[in-house]
Amino acid sequence: MAARDFWRRHENLYFAITNKKVIFGVVIFLSIMALSIVGPMITPYDYEEFAGPGYQRPSKTHWFGTTIMGRDVFTQVVYGLRSTLLVGFLAGTIASAIGLVVGFVSGFFSGRAPDEGLMMLTNMFMVLPSLALLIILSAYLPYRGIVTQSLIVAATAWPWTARAVRSQTLSLKSQEFVNLSRISAAPTFRIIREDIAANMFSYVFMVYILQFNGTILSSVGLEFLGLGPTRGISLGLVLQNAVNWNALHLGMWWWTIIPGLILTMLIVSLYFINTGLDEVFNPRLREL
Amino acid sequence: MAEVSKEPIISIENLTKIFSSGVFFREYTTAVKDVSFAMYPGTILSLIGESGSGKTTIGRMMLKLLRPTSGSIYFHGKDIAQLRSRAERREYYRRVQGIFQDPFSSFNPLFRVDRVFDMVYDVFMPEVRDREARTREALMRVNLNPDRILSHFPHQLSGGQLQRLLIARALLMDVEILVADELISMLDASTRMGILNLLVDICRDTGMSVLFITHDLALGYYVSDYTMIMHQGRLVEQGATAEVYHNPVHPYTKMLFRSVPDIGRRWDPKEKFIPEQVTMEIDEFYAENRGRGMVSVSPEHLVLMSVE
Repeated sequence: MAARDFWRRHENLYFAITNKKVIFGVVIFLSIMALSIVGPMITPYDYEEFAGPGYQRPSKTHWFGTTIMGRDVFTQVVYGLRSTLLVGFLAGTIASAIGLVVGFVSGFFSGRAPDEGLMMLTNMFMVLPSLALLIILSAYLPYRGIVTQSLIVAATAWPWTARAVRSQTLSLKSQEFVNLSRISAAPTFRIIREDIAANMFSYVFMVYILQFNGTILSSVGLEFLGLGPTRGISLGLVLQNAVNWNALHLGMWWWTIIPGLILTMLIVSLYFINTGLDEVFNPRLREL
Repeated sequence: MAEVSKEPIISIENLTKIFSSGVFFREYTTAVKDVSFAMYPGTILSLIGESGSGKTTIGRMMLKLLRPTSGSIYFHGKDIAQLRSRAERREYYRRVQGIFQDPFSSFNPLFRVDRVFDMVYDVFMPEVRDREARTREALMRVNLNPDRILSHFPHQLSGGQLQRLLIARALLMDVEILVADELISMLDASTRMGILNLLVDICRDTGMSVLFITHDLALGYYVSDYTMIMHQGRLVEQGATAEVYHNPVHPYTKMLFRSVPDIGRRWDPKEKFIPEQVTMEIDEFYAENRGRGMVSVSPEHLVLMSVE
């Protein structure tokens, strides 16, 4: 009985852990996370170390093979995964936070000065050619670490979130159920939690996943162009090196395909989580 | 017939609401202009007017969802703008409730429909033990089968069912004033009569009074003791329903009654309807009666003769 009570109160959780898409996405995402955490601990090499003879196919000693210079690809990938996930996390958080605050404030003050001002700013950022700006910004900075890179990526990633959150806030504001709660003299806290935040939360959550995804992709893009962090390793850098050394032409598929595949799986798993959660949060989409 | 001798429950004086929008080029829209009326116990007051005439805005100001630009609303002699603390507001909403126009957006899509009842119990009557039984009874009264309604999500129910749920919610509370905005717009003819009769019965029994906001003249006549006609934010004519319906004075009211389709009367291709003509008639009417303002043509019948 107690268990049934628990699930009644936490319906969303129940639907989340029984949704196939969510399970599939979470399992892949967690395995990749685990790889990035455990990988560096179990690998005997360092990512810059010349670990063995170059041009080795995947084998027992070098699981993902070695590069032309004899560095261990597995070590590079797991270390790279760490920093890529970190950039995604940092930049995704920054971009979502900026977008949320800007969107919520301008939606709340719709039609008044703060709204006009913030939307003008958002529109300006929206029409900036973001890749060009990213390249210029990155090239201008002599030293770039993970944090700098996250900031650069986040600076161009937030505008769509601001717009989306603003329109969500606007549509929530005009919903009668907020008014019905008000005339029910419901505590303001309850109105904010159940009528505003609950309707907003799923949205915010998905925005965050999409931002996480988007910022990973754009930072990998930058790294691929050689504008990534000046020190350390990341998935984009592994791919860039592979391309610079003509890995594909030399038939070293393990150097390009494996990191690319892991990146793709990461992005795909997040998309699966996203669509699955959409069904969880929106009762209309649930498979009944 | 209204019992004018009694104290009004709610009285509204010179209520005006002006909406503004835009930052650089401010635009003002006057939704409600200088509206005064009072509501007495056990009466049904219908507020009739075309779309955009400000009916809903008046209802919203009475429910404290919008702040009047000027003028005040007195509830038992107390200005409701002064009710600020949560306890005061709770006390007010215990007595004054509303039903909104759009039943679809009146429910939070993430929760089961039971939530609207739970909220009422949580806030106004936490002492009630037999919640379920009471809710079921209220649902039966509005012709709903509780088993088919409770613990469903709003998107699984029809507009008419949701609207009746809101009526049931108001019934649960036993209020003094009910602001019913287009109350039965989503109901079919058969349920409509049942609900209207129920409403009238409750008014007779409990002394609840209803502000019945509608654009349907026939409905207004059927239920209300008092009728108010609204045009472009102003109350142009108000009075006992029979008076207003049988002896309309204001040109806008006259036009309204002319345009009601009767059963048995067919559309006539030769007849012309020109909206500008009404506006012109109203302007002429105001010009002829310059300076007279709101005039009482009989003890229970007020007409707006001119605007300043």
